[in-house]
Amino acid sequence: MPAIEAHHLTRRFGTITAVNDLSLSVDTGEIFGFLGPNGAGKTTTIRLMTGVLTPDEGTVRIAGIDLHTDPLRAKRCMGIIPENSAVYGDLTAIQNLTLAGRLYGLPAVDRNRRARSLLADLGLTDRADEKVRTFSKGMKQRVSIGCAVIHEPAVLFLDEPTAGLDVQSRRLVTAMILRMHDKGSTIFLTTHNIDEANALCTRIGIINRGVLVATDRPEILKQTFDTTQAIEISFARQVDPDVLSHPNLLRIEQRGDKFRIVTDDPDQVVKYLAAWADREGVRIASLNTLGPSLEEAFLAITGGS
Amino acid sequence: MQLPLFLQGALAVTEKNIRIYYTKPPVFIFGLLFPLFLFIAFFMGRGLELVRFYPGFLAMTLFFTASSVGPLITPWEKRDRTYERLLSYPLTVESIILGDILAGALFGFGISLVIWVGSLLVFSLPVGNPLLMIAAFILGTATFATLGTLLASPASDTPSTVMMLSTLVRLPLIFISGIFIPLSALGGAALAVSYLSPLTYLVDLFQGAMNGAAVIGPATDLLALLVCILLFAAGAVYFQRRNLMKGL
Repeated sequence: MPAIEAHHLTRRFGTITAVNDLSLSVDTGEIFGFLGPNGAGKTTTIRLMTGVLTPDEGTVRIAGIDLHTDPLRAKRCMGIIPENSAVYGDLTAIQNLTLAGRLYGLPAVDRNRRARSLLADLGLTDRADEKVRTFSKGMKQRVSIGCAVIHEPAVLFLDEPTAGLDVQSRRLVTAMILRMHDKGSTIFLTTHNIDEANALCTRIGIINRGVLVATDRPEILKQTFDTTQAIEISFARQVDPDVLSHPNLLRIEQRGDKFRIVTDDPDQVVKYLAAWADREGVRIASLNTLGPSLEEAFLAITGGS
Repeated sequence: MQLPLFLQGALAVTEKNIRIYYTKPPVFIFGLLFPLFLFIAFFMGRGLELVRFYPGFLAMTLFFTASSVGPLITPWEKRDRTYERLLSYPLTVESIILGDILAGALFGFGISLVIWVGSLLVFSLPVGNPLLMIAAFILGTATFATLGTLLASPASDTPSTVMMLSTLVRLPLIFISGIFIPLSALGGAALAVSYLSPLTYLVDLFQGAMNGAAVIGPATDLLALLVCILLFAAGAVYFQRRNLMKGL
């Protein structure tokens, strides 16, 4: 049974159609990445799928339960981690977690035990009884995660969960996502971070202008939408990129002290670069071949540049 | 809709509201200080007959306290970005509104009860009909807590704007509800206008319960307050649904 099923979701705001006839299905145990440029309809879609908004047309089922005819039972099957942590600053960390546990219908004994255990997992035991308003952004996001997973939901929605976090908090958030996945939760992740999606997701959906334009495994999307490859090279001294010229060399982009050379035939271009460097007496500091990237696929699909 | 889950959610929201909003400065100012200062301004040093005017003062206190929590909650939550998350919990707009109403009603009930019991101990006030007094407390707090939640419906994410608007609505009501001039002394257009205020029926109910001197009559007062609760609750649900996206 799919963990998330959306059928023909449509939502309009005045004359603007934010989500247009969107259908998707996420299987139990998947980590599904939901990508799209700003204003593409990601947030509206996630609001429709978490019951914050009601669609003009279409249905959503969470773990087989219709979200709009039986919202209370459907919402008990999910946890939501919003982009901005959205926790109560006037409550302590433990109070935020026990409140969430109560809202999800956990008995008092269970919610207190799980709240303490989660705070330990999130590295917040020492701050459990302090008001959250005194916490850093990363710590607030950790409390937010605790609120979302205290009832061990079947489906976990994450909206840009690592945006603006420091490295330590980002790693902790990612570890928690993977831990929930290992425990059997289905993960629905919206993110701008294509590397994060590439690393975590078993399948990716791309939305553009309210329409779901592609859904597939990351590697398939890369192969489908990017037939070119790239070579990353850096020289021991400064080189003018205009002196490099070869029929299979399609484009050169300077990135710091490196050049990213887009090519349709890496073999020919690598041989050309090695020969050119040898002839000119320039030492190659590093040379890497890069496969097609999800970023290129994303840009191709969404029409970005 | 499953009623136990609905009520469980509403009670969790009530508990959250009690923990967070009872100690907010606007609740303290508009719910406690405001009626106290009005009492001092209008009653102290004027040699007024306490037994005659006390029901109006008690109704005014209950009105301000019960309606002071509701207007604050939704704008505050929208500003702090917790409202959207609240909607994603196993709650509906209706259960959130019920939780807000209960929090306001409990605040109004508790404070007004303390003031009334304190007054009974200090002054020799009559209690002609205790059952009617209890009904007045319950229906009065429910009516004005619901009004407070309705006043939050503009759903701006600026609490001070909503508090100002709610004061603009609430303040005129105390001048047309038989608090400063008893209903028995009103006539003509003034009496007709007073019937438009829900507070009038609570003042009259307290007069009936304490002094046996209701002008409109307890049955009509109770019915009017019940109708007000239903109208305010329906309005709160309608407007909060309509303004759901504002400030998210």
